[in-house]
Amino acid sequence: MARAQSVVEVEKVEQRRRWWEFWRRFSRNKLAVVGLVVVFTMFFTGIFAPWLAPYSYTDQNLDAVEQMPSLAHPLGTDELGRDQLSRVIWGARTAVIIAPTATFFGVSLGLLFGLLAGYYRGWVETVIMRLADILFAFPGILLAILIAATVQGRIEAWLKGFEALEGFVKAGFAQVLVVIVALSAVGWPGMARLVRGQVLSLREEQFVEAAWAIGARPWRVIRHHILPNAMAPIVVSISMSMGGAIVAEAGLSFMGIGIRPPTPSWGALIIDNYSFWRSPAAPVLLWLPALIVGAMVAAFNFVGDGLNEALSPG
Amino acid sequence: MVTYVVRRLLWLPFLLLIIGLITFALGLYGPGDPVLVMMGQHANPEAAARVRHELGLDRPFLVQYADYVWKALHGDFGESLKYRGQPVGRLMAKRLTVTVQFNVVVMAVGVAVGIPLGILAALNRNNLIDYFIVLLTVAGISLPVLAIAPIAMWFLAARFHLLPSGGWDGIFSRRIIMPTLVLAIGPAAVFVRQTRANMLEVLDQDYVRTARAKGLREYTVIVAHALRNALIPLFTIFGLMLGGLVGGGIITESIFGIPGIGRLVWDAFGARDYPVIMAYTLLVAMAYTLANLFVDVCYRFVDPRIRYG
Repeated sequence: MARAQSVVEVEKVEQRRRWWEFWRRFSRNKLAVVGLVVVFTMFFTGIFAPWLAPYSYTDQNLDAVEQMPSLAHPLGTDELGRDQLSRVIWGARTAVIIAPTATFFGVSLGLLFGLLAGYYRGWVETVIMRLADILFAFPGILLAILIAATVQGRIEAWLKGFEALEGFVKAGFAQVLVVIVALSAVGWPGMARLVRGQVLSLREEQFVEAAWAIGARPWRVIRHHILPNAMAPIVVSISMSMGGAIVAEAGLSFMGIGIRPPTPSWGALIIDNYSFWRSPAAPVLLWLPALIVGAMVAAFNFVGDGLNEALSPG
Repeated sequence: MVTYVVRRLLWLPFLLLIIGLITFALGLYGPGDPVLVMMGQHANPEAAARVRHELGLDRPFLVQYADYVWKALHGDFGESLKYRGQPVGRLMAKRLTVTVQFNVVVMAVGVAVGIPLGILAALNRNNLIDYFIVLLTVAGISLPVLAIAPIAMWFLAARFHLLPSGGWDGIFSRRIIMPTLVLAIGPAAVFVRQTRANMLEVLDQDYVRTARAKGLREYTVIVAHALRNALIPLFTIFGLMLGGLVGGGIITESIFGIPGIGRLVWDAFGARDYPVIMAYTLLVAMAYTLANLFVDVCYRFVDPRIRYG
């Protein structure tokens, strides 16, 4: 009894030690720590947007359009007199919803297909990798646009069926879903290639062979022997693709697809204010969302670099 | 080697067939009706049906696609729905010349800036110059064109009136400067990062030490021994960018008002001009696949250790 308890204790200590070691190596990269802080800020802002934003993101004040920053409007107002700070804050909400979900679905699909292709080889691999080749050869943004345009109406019609979601649909829930579907569909082939490569090299390792030899089932081999060892590059690429999702969303907004006004997204903020690049308020109206998008991408890349250094052996 | 190339080339028709099928399906089942876009929302239903029949848009999906493929094989990519009477092939060719010219300039600037900066960073490893260049690179890779373009426009065009904000007058006009500056940042950053990494790796090799040990001048060591080997991996990036040349930027060409192929597709999308979108997709897919093949084959010559089955 006492012995069993101490084993649990030791494991706990061991786990804590590993986390500590991981953090020590991650925090050696100062830029990665800065990136992590920026990413946390984005999530915090997005989650608590309703309490942080001083105004509603739709409130127009036509007496105060395209104003430079002032005490009342710290980041000025846009062409309809809407408070820019509130729109930026609510834009974080959109980013916090889209980037992780689109990445999650893209990564899950890629992980599944990559594992299947790498583990089972044969025709499964041929079919999956050929499909990935095809999607790679597609002009990426165009595919996302076509998919988004095609599923838009369907998703909206489908969501209308759920009474409880009625409020969300008005708030742009359907548009968000459209963007997520399009980005996941375009995003999985890269992950599938990465995972397949990892699995291909890992399945030649002796510990995998040993697991097969003692009769472990495929799922057990994948879960306990292949996945843990393939995790590092996957985690890194997850971090990087979050930034990619934010940029891709901006691209879709530019094409008039996905998040539509008045729902604010950082991409839409850049696009909405594009025609005002001659306006004296342009630096705040245009630069700010542009710089935020750039900073987010950089932050996710930094975190990815940090993770890479912390997770790779040596 | 020949078998390898032939096998890869044989895959191309299938690839194009499937990509065409997907695009065709997305086009046909997507929203918006090209006929209505063409004739206006309140078109006479009978007239609309007649036009639809004339264009063959009322036939079953697979029949339409088979017909498309058959004509495409004979070099006929249909007529644009937006620019009536204009064959898609000719329309694309005209725009393609603009896109290719522009992208060649962008790539040349990217290479001309990126590779020297990468070498400079590697030679100054871990001092201020290196840090500065690496920081610029990170910024260049992170900032999307969509974010840089408005800032550049504001600074160079609106605030200080230094440059026109875009447009197209051929590659020797001042109009090309701003789009090139903005667009070359990405490729340049990629080249800097890769060149620096390769140089650092090569500089640690035994043959570089040997070259120094036998008393060669530093210039010879760097240029003849290190650089030559460091540049090989850049080939991949370069080759893949070549494939991207024909694609043009749908977004960038629209921002800067460059009448290239990307802009054509953007307009085509607005008008649900599917023949143009189809042809564009096939063109890009073909260029991408051929560029990949080209890179793999060239690698074989540059690095004889690589063998393909």
